Amino acid sequence: MEEDVSVTHGRHKGVYGKLKQITVLSGKGGTGKTIITASFAVLAHDVMIGDCDVDAPNLHMLLHPQIMKTQEFKGPKLAVIDRTKCTECGLCQNSCRFDAINGSLQIDPFSCEGCSVCVVVCPEEAISLQERISGYAFISKTKYGPMSHARLDPGEANSGKLVTLVRHNARQTAEEENHNLILIDGPPGISCPVIASVTGVDAGLVVTEPTLSGIHDLRRALELLNHFNVLPLVCVNKYDINRENTERIVKFCEKNKVEVAGKIPFDPIVTEAMVAGKTIVEHSPENMVSREIETTWKRVLSALVRE
Amino acid sequence: MILSIASGKGGTGKTTVAVNMALSLKDVQLLDCDVEEPNVHLLLPHETNEEKPVYVSTPQVNEELCDHCGKCSEFCEFNALFVTPEKVLFFPELCHSCGGCLLVCPKNAITEKNVQIGVVKKGAAEGMELVYGELNVGEPMSIPVIREVKKQIRSNKTVIIDSPPGASCPVIESVHGSDYCLLVSEPTPFGLHDLRIMVKILEALGIPFGVVINRAGIGDRKIYDFCEEKGVPILFEIPFQREIAELYSRGIPFVVDMPEWKRTFQLLMDDIKGCMES
Repeated sequence: MEEDVSVTHGRHKGVYGKLKQITVLSGKGGTGKTIITASFAVLAHDVMIGDCDVDAPNLHMLLHPQIMKTQEFKGPKLAVIDRTKCTECGLCQNSCRFDAINGSLQIDPFSCEGCSVCVVVCPEEAISLQERISGYAFISKTKYGPMSHARLDPGEANSGKLVTLVRHNARQTAEEENHNLILIDGPPGISCPVIASVTGVDAGLVVTEPTLSGIHDLRRALELLNHFNVLPLVCVNKYDINRENTERIVKFCEKNKVEVAGKIPFDPIVTEAMVAGKTIVEHSPENMVSREIETTWKRVLSALVRE
Repeated sequence: MILSIASGKGGTGKTTVAVNMALSLKDVQLLDCDVEEPNVHLLLPHETNEEKPVYVSTPQVNEELCDHCGKCSEFCEFNALFVTPEKVLFFPELCHSCGGCLLVCPKNAITEKNVQIGVVKKGAAEGMELVYGELNVGEPMSIPVIREVKKQIRSNKTVIIDSPPGASCPVIESVHGSDYCLLVSEPTPFGLHDLRIMVKILEALGIPFGVVINRAGIGDRKIYDFCEEKGVPILFEIPFQREIAELYSRGIPFVVDMPEWKRTFQLLMDDIKGCMES
């Protein structure tokens, strides 16, 4: 891996030729995406960081960003009925496909998608759409490089759109500050926020665990990367919890020509580092977990250079 | 009785709690609303006896009738339609299937067609009814599949709903309408951070809730302090045991190998009923 050392520094312009982006994802939640991404941020020595898990973000708890710029995020609008004009004809309720208007013609803000069908069908022009702030996007400084992140208000919709804003901010900041690598922590699952996190990136590292659920979800995450034409890489976290399953994952990846970039052992020290608010590579740099994360990072970088 | 199980943070043990609880109770209907990554069926040997495709309606423009007036695109809040002088461009990944473009088209040039985005499967496992959904890979919107799963609810049974991780719309769709929600967390900073978000959501929805702490013994005590301060009941703790983790990795619910836990889950259900009455 020696030949890759020169590229571990994100700022080395010209090494990648152009801006490179990598997203860490998982399908299944709780496999260790954030702990691994945070460690990569440390190992990259000054990299552009993006946290695309906007509804339950955790990366800030390890990287401690100092917010420099805050932006309001306008989510889907909300229908509002003017009671003084409403004749209770019920047309709005019948036309709403999201069951967001109940029998007493009250709008459920959790169900309303802001489509404005009710506005169009109301004969009395009693309904209007109101803008709602459903979260905030931030551009911050960390010890490890600038960070683009966000916070969706609890229960709000449209996290995909907020992820797109985080991606846009990351790209812009990277260009302004001369970074040519963006490291992205993705959300769990495979739907809109995940799609928004992986479209147009150069590689996706799927963090999995050697459990039956982990294997099932890994396959779906790899299908997603394939669907969007993103180079797949795999990292097996807590690989020694079930070595037989790890072997199955490795074989599956070999068969499908997907590189296994790392196998990280289980160690309770990872939780201790989290409790201390530190990345594992800073908390215990000599631990096997940290060393394996470092090896994984080098392999990820060489895959990016080849790409 | 509809009991939903949620967590905010992924991988805290929602599915473990849902499946083990379902195996410990009688007359259960178990629904997996994590349609992006459904895992419940992996832990339960079952036979699928029904498969229903899930469709969403998307607009189809008849270019012969369309005069490219642009009203549909002006109406669409999601920018799924773009009208050029020659053609209407449609972006299916942005469409919410609200049906509004049909309503506003003055030429009646728009009709709807069904597009399949996933499937709902029903089956029988260990004497319980199992329902789960699967979103097709590459499809952005999981909500219509979750809705179809929830349409199968039979409220005369003890309904247990496993929700997806996160704290945005798919979680709301999954827990909405339940009588009680169990929040599964772990005693770590990430677990607590995401638990706080879920508490806000459930308070806003007006759903009573309690906490299950999984992997008790790792991490720190801050989650206990938070629950005490907030008056949130901690109903149940599952200790961190390598045996439980290994059984899970092999896809075996731990009550199957450690049946003494069944009684604990039954008592948990009694506690939930007690919480709801008070």
